[in-house]
Amino acid sequence: MYQYDTHDQAMVDARVAEFTDQVTRRLDGTLSEEQFRPLRLKNGLYLQLHAYMLRVAVPYGTLNSRQMRVLGNIADTYDRGYGHFTTRQNIQYNWIKLSDTPAILADLAGVGMHAIQTSGNCIRNTTADHFAGAAADEVADPRPYAELLRQWSTFHPEFDYLPRKFKVAIIGSETDRAAMKLHDIGIQVVKNAAGEEGLRIHVGGGMGRTPMIAPVIREWLSPLQMVSYLEACLRVYNRYGRRDNKYKARIKILVHEIGADEYRRQVEDEFAHILTLGLEPPAAELDRIKAQFADPAFDPAAPDAIDRSDPDFALWVDQNVHAHKASGYGIVTISLKPVGGIPGDASADQIRLMADLARDYSFDELRVTHAQNIVLPHVRKADLYAVWQQLDAAGLATPNLDLIGDIIACPGLDYCSLANARSIPLAQKISQRFADVERQRDLGELKLKISGCINACGHHHAGHIGVLGVDRKGVENYQLLFGGSEGADTSIGSIIGPGFSEDGIVDAIERATGVYLARREAGERFLDTWRRIGNAPFKDAIYG
Amino acid sequence: MAETLIRLRDDAASTAPVVAFADLSEAGNTAAVRLSPGDDARALLPLLDQLTLIEVEFPAYTDGRGYSAASILREYGYTGELRAVGDVLVDQISHYRRVGFDAFAPNQPITREAVDKAIATWPEVYQRTVDGRAPIWAARHG
Repeated sequence: MYQYDTHDQAMVDARVAEFTDQVTRRLDGTLSEEQFRPLRLKNGLYLQLHAYMLRVAVPYGTLNSRQMRVLGNIADTYDRGYGHFTTRQNIQYNWIKLSDTPAILADLAGVGMHAIQTSGNCIRNTTADHFAGAAADEVADPRPYAELLRQWSTFHPEFDYLPRKFKVAIIGSETDRAAMKLHDIGIQVVKNAAGEEGLRIHVGGGMGRTPMIAPVIREWLSPLQMVSYLEACLRVYNRYGRRDNKYKARIKILVHEIGADEYRRQVEDEFAHILTLGLEPPAAELDRIKAQFADPAFDPAAPDAIDRSDPDFALWVDQNVHAHKASGYGIVTISLKPVGGIPGDASADQIRLMADLARDYSFDELRVTHAQNIVLPHVRKADLYAVWQQLDAAGLATPNLDLIGDIIACPGLDYCSLANARSIPLAQKISQRFADVERQRDLGELKLKISGCINACGHHHAGHIGVLGVDRKGVENYQLLFGGSEGADTSIGSIIGPGFSEDGIVDAIERATGVYLARREAGERFLDTWRRIGNAPFKDAIYG
Repeated sequence: MAETLIRLRDDAASTAPVVAFADLSEAGNTAAVRLSPGDDARALLPLLDQLTLIEVEFPAYTDGRGYSAASILREYGYTGELRAVGDVLVDQISHYRRVGFDAFAPNQPITREAVDKAIATWPEVYQRTVDGRAPIWAARHG
């Protein structure tokens, strides 16, 4: 994976020095909270309901064991012993003291990490397929492009005060594991008949109040023009994106209002101009980055067989281990969704254990997924049992990946100052209702996503079952959506009817699964059955 | 001492009356113009030779359209004074400088020392912009 050189390190160190100075001025009263607010937000420091929250960037969700270990140590030293992995492949700490933040950023900088641009109306951390470089179905590795984008977007002077925040996701296979089309810009690395890599560019997707699937703005872009093209995409948005209404300020509204064709035309005009400026890093830079993402030294003789004699282990392998491109290896997903747990939370000890396992069994690599789980991307099949035993002993071997218990949930009203309703207790209740893993497996792939407000951090629009928490006359109320998907078949879910209380929605979800079990045809997921038979049978069963 | 106009240029400041962009057509051979955030900087391209001062207005520091306006003007060869006017804060100065501003007229006065310190914030830069600084990728590959 990518290693900082002295240039990258100098930039992060400069940021720590700058923010340390700003915090000092805030603590001694030179800066008011009003003056300090935009500065702390540039460093991912939010003032939430109860305390400061610090959001640390995990660029394209990729970490080494030293970095992961530091994340665990920060949870112990400066927080309450745990961290929260987010739907944007980042980690958040919910109980931070302002006076500790310079020390935390210094600890992070020591392992090439930071909180740069994890908030604010700027280009946020680029996300990517969490199986990049490992998946059996990969066409091309998206990580070198994600790294090039990281560098290009870091402290970009023209795009630090955009109309609204801006999120880029990149994938390199037909299976979309990054909800690419639901981002401001979604990039798919593809190959042509000659085997050359190109980029397909989607612009104008998003969730939030107005969910939209990003249309293709360019079918094929040379990778050696990516920076120039994105510069054009962003410039058109910065100049013409709406600034009169915060809720209409994302690029999806611009693309929707002027139309994809007109947006494309404007981008192409700007692109032609920008190509004359020589902004593009040379091919040698992309090659330098690609070399750092070369495959680790896979053992070609690694045995392919797995001893499945322990049934609990076999269950976990079936559910949480994916096909690897190298024979004799598997991709392990560690579920952070134990029954009754808080989705995405991990204790300091668990974080350090995962770091150790990455060091010992996965070529020192980990990934954070947008579904709030952790991946060990390169594990020898012969080592899977040893890995599973250690995970199991730490409460990290829940075999529920992509099942109804693998819930995405935002922090909700327990932490977030924007939320209208709590997400975490609802996720806990649902996972307890469906605690029986055999029942979950019978229900099959079922992506359930909960947001505590319309901003949709819990991706409820993209859930096969989505839940949106709202405030109805001072009482928490939950709306139920069906039919969303974030994969290659991306679709936006729709609200099925009147909302429910917290207990009522758990019952409604259970009744919906009953309709699915009664009506499904062979091989159908919940989503497929819903798409085939429509809303009516579900509504009848739920509202009866 | 805090100042209300800080210029990073050696030439004398323009004394021409500043014409609002909207009034340009009636102003004839004007040498100084002010752009509001919604104005199209490209409409000034035919006039770049006659202009010696372009003010770019920031009614609020959060409105970033002026950064693109400044970049465009410099990219097309404007060499006169480019002045950021309005809610211009010291914490944005380094970015202003990178997109081509060489003068600042902040609502709240700023010291020259603070401006110099802000511009020196970043030892290196990742992007090539109109300020001519060599980006990190150029340093890596000569």
